Amino acid sequence: MDNKRRKFLKIAGLSAVAGIGAPAALNMLMKGNVQASSSHGHGDDHGGGHEEAKGHGAHQKEVKLGKRYGMVIDVHKFNHTPGLVQKCIDACHDTFNVPDIGNKKDEVKWIWEEPFAHAFPEHSHYKKNTELHHLSFLVTCNHCDSPPCVRACPTQATFKNEDGIVMMDFHRCIGCRFCMAACPYGSRSFNWRDPRGMKDGKPFIKKVNPEFPTRMRGVVEKCNFCAGRLKKGLLPKCVEATGDTKAMVFGDLNDPNSEVSKVLKSRFTIQRKPALGTKPSVFYII
Amino acid sequence: MLEKALQGNAKYWSWVGFLLSMMGMGALCYVLQFNYGLGLTGMSRDVSWGLYISQFTFLVGVAASAVMLVLPYYLHNYKEFGRITILGEFLAIASVSMCLMFIMADLGQPMRALNVVLHPTPHSILFWDMIVLNGYLFLNVVVGWVALNSEYKGTHPPKWVYPLVYLSIPWAVSIHTVTAFLYCGLPGRHFWMTAILAPRFLASAFAAGPALLIILVMIVRKFSSFDAGDKAINKLVTVIIYAGLMNFFFVGLELFVGYYSNIPGHIHTLDYLFFGLADHDTGVIYNNLMPWMRVSVIMGVISLCLLGCKKTRNNSGILFVACGLMFFSLWIDKGLGLVLGGFVPSPLDYIVEYVPSIPEIFITLGVWCTGFFILTILYKVAISVKTEAERVS
Ligand code: SF4
Ligand code: SF4
Ligand code: SF4
Repeated sequence: MDNKRRKFLKIAGLSAVAGIGAPAALNMLMKGNVQASSSHGHGDDHGGGHEEAKGHGAHQKEVKLGKRYGMVIDVHKFNHTPGLVQKCIDACHDTFNVPDIGNKKDEVKWIWEEPFAHAFPEHSHYKKNTELHHLSFLVTCNHCDSPPCVRACPTQATFKNEDGIVMMDFHRCIGCRFCMAACPYGSRSFNWRDPRGMKDGKPFIKKVNPEFPTRMRGVVEKCNFCAGRLKKGLLPKCVEATGDTKAMVFGDLNDPNSEVSKVLKSRFTIQRKPALGTKPSVFYII
Repeated sequence: MLEKALQGNAKYWSWVGFLLSMMGMGALCYVLQFNYGLGLTGMSRDVSWGLYISQFTFLVGVAASAVMLVLPYYLHNYKEFGRITILGEFLAIASVSMCLMFIMADLGQPMRALNVVLHPTPHSILFWDMIVLNGYLFLNVVVGWVALNSEYKGTHPPKWVYPLVYLSIPWAVSIHTVTAFLYCGLPGRHFWMTAILAPRFLASAFAAGPALLIILVMIVRKFSSFDAGDKAINKLVTVIIYAGLMNFFFVGLELFVGYYSNIPGHIHTLDYLFFGLADHDTGVIYNNLMPWMRVSVIMGVISLCLLGCKKTRNNSGILFVACGLMFFSLWIDKGLGLVLGGFVPSPLDYIVEYVPSIPEIFITLGVWCTGFFILTILYKVAISVKTEAERVS
C-alpha cells in the first residue's frame, strides 16, 4: 500500500466515523485494503474475467492489476515422491529460523502437512476415494487477496506488499493476536515463548541462518512467500526444494503467461474455504 | 476529596489490605509472564485468546451498563436514581480500567502498546475499540468527579458537563457494540459471526451490570449509613429482568438458527458448549465448558424466577442471591463460553481445549482486585461526600 493511499484510507476512515455516508466509506475502506496491490491501477478491474475465483460462493472477481504471487500445489506429485513433503517443510523452517518448540501448545510453523479432511474441512468427506484420505496436503499462508488478518491488525504490523504478499513486521507487532483470530486458515503462529531459547540444552532453532532475523517472544509470524528471495529473482525455498518434480508451481497470477497461470488454466484446482471471500492465492490439484 | 479514602475502620482497612495482597500476587505472576512469555498461560496456537480477553469482553459490558442509570437520571430526570447514579458511573470507571489492564496483560509485546496510536489503522476494529474505551473512561471520570465535587461543595454541577453526560449515553452503547464487532466480523469463526452479537452483548450487559450494582449497593448499605433507596433498587430489578429475558431470548435465537438450519459450522460450537463435541478422527468427546454452560443456564433461569416473583424479590436476602446468580450466569456465558467456545473447533477442524494456568488465574484475579480496589476508593469517597452533603442539608 503506498503512502498516499494509506493517508487517504485514514481520512476515509475518519469521515466514516463522522457519519458521512458511513456504509459507502466502509465499503471503500474494505476495498482499498483489499486492492492495495492495484493502487496504481485505473479502471479495468473487472475486465477479462477469465480468472474468477474458483469454487462455489466466491463470485467476486479477483483483482487483476499489479502483481499477485500465487502457487499451485500438486498433491499427487507430492504423493509420488516420498519424503518430498518433509523436505519442503524443512527447507522453509531451516531458512527462516522457525523454532521447534517441541510441544503442540507453543508450536510455531510456517508450512506443514494436513490430511484432506483438515485442510478442507468444509468439503464433504463422505465416500471420497480412499487415496484422497491418504494424501498429504501442504498448507501454509494463502496470501489472500482479501486478507482478513490485514484488516484486523491494529498496527499494520501485518500488511500487503506491492506484490500481493501478506507480510509481517516483527518489530511493530504488539502481539494482540487479533490476526490469529481473523485468519480462517490457522496460518499464523504466535511466539508463546522466546524462540531463541532452549529446552534441556537443545536450542529451539537448531542452526541459525544469519540471513534471516530470528524473532523475539510475543510476536506473530507466518510464511512470507519468500518475499526476500523473490526480490533477488529466486523461487521460494519450498518450491525450490521440489526441484523439477513440478509438485509446486509458483508465479504471478496476474500475468496470463506465467507458468502458474497456465497450469491454473489447464487443470482443475481448488482453494481452501473459497466461500469466505478471502481469495486465497494457493491452489491445489487433487 | 480523595482524603476520604484514607479514613476508615478496621474492616475497611482489612478489605483494602486483602485487595492489595491479591494485587501483589497478580503483579508477581505478571512479572513471571513478562519474563517467560505468554506461554506461561494456558493459551495455545489454536485457542489464542483466553481468560484475559474473555474478562475484558465481559467487563466492557459491565462498564456499558452505567448507561442504565445515567439515561433515566439525566435524560428523563428520574430522581430516584439521584443517589445511585454516581455508583454506576464509578463502577464503569473501575470496569474500563480492568478492561485496559486485561488487554495489556494479553499483549505479547506490551511495551509496544502505543503502536496502536502511532500507526492508526481505521480498518482495524481493535483500533476503534481502543478509542471508544479510553473515551468512555475519560467521560466517566470527568462526569463522575465533577458531579461529586459539586455535591461536595454544595453547588450544582457546571453547565459544561451536561453535553459530556449526554455524549456518554450513546458512547456506552458504542463500547459494547465495537467490542462485539471485534468478534462478529471475522470470517470463518461461525459462532461469533452473527449480527445479533452486539445486541446480545448489550442485553447481557444490561442484566449483569445492574445485578452487580445491586449487590454493591446492598453491601454498601450494610457497612455504611448510605442507602441508595429501595425504589432505585426495584427499578434496577426491572431492568435486570427485561435485559435478562432479552439475553435468553437471543440465546434461543442462536440455538434455533444453528440447529434448524443444521449447518455444521453453526452447530459445532453450540454442541461443544452445551453437549460436548466429538473428534471426527478419534471419537473422543470434548466438553470441558459443558458443565459451566449448563450451570449458567440453570442459574439464569432460577434468578429470573426469583426476580420475577414479587414475594421473593422483596426479601433482600433472596434478592441478593438472585442478583448474584444472574451475575455469575452471565459471567460464565460471556466471560467464559463466548470467547473460549469460539475457538472450538479450530480453523483446521481440530478440537483443542483451553485450561488457564495457575499464574494466569492469579493475574486475572489480580486485575479483578485492582478493579475492586479502584472501586472501593471511589465508593468510599462518594459515600463520604454524599452522607456529609445530606447531613448538612
Ligand atoms: S491465509 Fe491467513 S494469514 Fe495468510 S493472508 Fe490469508 S488470512 Fe492472512
Ligand atoms: S498480533 Fe501483531 S500482526 Fe497480529 S494483529 Fe496484533 S499487532 Fe497485528
Ligand atoms: S513460500 Fe517461503 S516462507 Fe512460505 S512456506 Fe514456502 S519456503 Fe516457507
